[in-house]
Amino acid sequence: MSDPGSAQSRRGFLGWFLGTSVGAMCASILYPVARYISPPDVPEAQTSRVVAGRVGDLKPNEGKIFRFGSLPGLLIKTEDGGYRAVSATCTHLNCTVQYRSDLKQIWCACHNGFYDLTGKNVSGPPPRPLDEFKVNVADDEIVVSKT
Amino acid sequence: MTSPAPGIGARLFAWLEERTGLSVLSDLARKKRVPRHRHTIWYYLGGMTLFLFGIQVGTGILLLLYYRPSASEAFESVQFIMTRVPFGWLIRSIHSWSANLLVLTAFVHMFSVFFLKAYRKPRELTWLSGALLLFLMLGFGFSGYLLPWNELAFFATQVGTQVAGAVPVVGPFTLRLLRGGDLVTGGTLTRFYGFHVAVLPALATLLVGAHLILVQKHGMSVPPGVGKGGDSHDESVPSMPFLPNFLLRDLIGWVAALGILAALAALFPWELGTKADPFAPAPAGIRPEWYFAWMFQTLKLLPSHILGLEGEMLGVLGFGAGGLLLLLVPFLDGGRGGTSGRDRLIVACGWAVVAFMAAMTILVYLPAGK
Repeated sequence: MSDPGSAQSRRGFLGWFLGTSVGAMCASILYPVARYISPPDVPEAQTSRVVAGRVGDLKPNEGKIFRFGSLPGLLIKTEDGGYRAVSATCTHLNCTVQYRSDLKQIWCACHNGFYDLTGKNVSGPPPRPLDEFKVNVADDEIVVSKT
Repeated sequence: MTSPAPGIGARLFAWLEERTGLSVLSDLARKKRVPRHRHTIWYYLGGMTLFLFGIQVGTGILLLLYYRPSASEAFESVQFIMTRVPFGWLIRSIHSWSANLLVLTAFVHMFSVFFLKAYRKPRELTWLSGALLLFLMLGFGFSGYLLPWNELAFFATQVGTQVAGAVPVVGPFTLRLLRGGDLVTGGTLTRFYGFHVAVLPALATLLVGAHLILVQKHGMSVPPGVGKGGDSHDESVPSMPFLPNFLLRDLIGWVAALGILAALAALFPWELGTKADPFAPAPAGIRPEWYFAWMFQTLKLLPSHILGLEGEMLGVLGFGAGGLLLLLVPFLDGGRGGTSGRDRLIVACGWAVVAFMAAMTILVYLPAGK
């Protein structure tokens, strides 16, 4: 006759063995699925300098969106004829901002956030300033680069 | 005298009965009774929501026949549906209008269950499955909104996914999971399409099934103040058979809803707007669908910083806490009776939430709210 204590320990071992095997099998299925649904980092060429437009594109007190790599930037020609460029992604919830020539401020239409021409958040919900870019005019081209 | 031979219908039923035992279902439906009292009208909202969900499934399948889920083709394919496919404008408009009515009836159903205390023991899980279904319906609305790939949808998704990204700790992972990368791109559209036509319908089917089984098991709740209150088997409350009396009344509501939908779709066809351009500024007057408007307005009114923390993060945490409290309502409630201080507080909180959501929504649609 078998010892009930040893049968008990055998049953316990088998239970543990089956439980951990099922656990390991579930993990081996779920791990690749979890990794699969999380998108991979796609390396992009780092953009540090772009041509945002030509000198005649903008009139004084006007702005336009340009591509800075995969993100939008905002180029503004001020009333005195100077240029300013900032990131056009609102620091509140990522909408694309625009230049309001009537207010001479940068405006986000999504939640009514305002920034001044240097990109500083001045009213509404944006928590941080917009990144400011450096602007150079070379010949006919307006070149925007990271500061 | 010999009895006449059974008709083909009876013979078919007998054939099926022998193989499937279908009569269990018809017996259940025949036994089901619905209480009749001054609040009975609220019982029709669940069925109405289910009917509209059926419309969504039907029209959604039809839209799938022509829709193409990529950033370069989505807008054009919806344009094709609306301008070239016979009755395409009707199918798409009914899908959009029905989605809105569905969210409306789901909200009214939820609030009616809340104020009539129908979530109390033993219906806690019915409430829980219903609240999760409401979240799923909002998920359907949010994911479906992007699919035409128009300007409004693009920025609504930009904001909505960023809101999810503002949650501490899990936010950045959730944001990438939803967007399929760091930015809203064609990859996001493909993901949202997958959520909208596969993931959410699978979850909704499970939850709707569970919800209906629980409703069938517990019967309709009798609200406090009617009969003995809270007992679906209370014989002091008059009742009517579910089959056919209640179902026929349900049907009248569904036919009326279908008429309203057809009229809305014909008189106010759903607009397509302009194609999304990730390099265009957000247009003036941008706002989300009405059922997200109260959240949109709250985020707009919150200052940039509150007690040293970013306003948007606090707002998002507040919405999350609100959702959690909604799920926990049956467990926070004082139980039967309805006269304790805690009961009165819960009802007052419910009205405060309704008033807050209504006020914020109205603000969005006032000219000053733009």
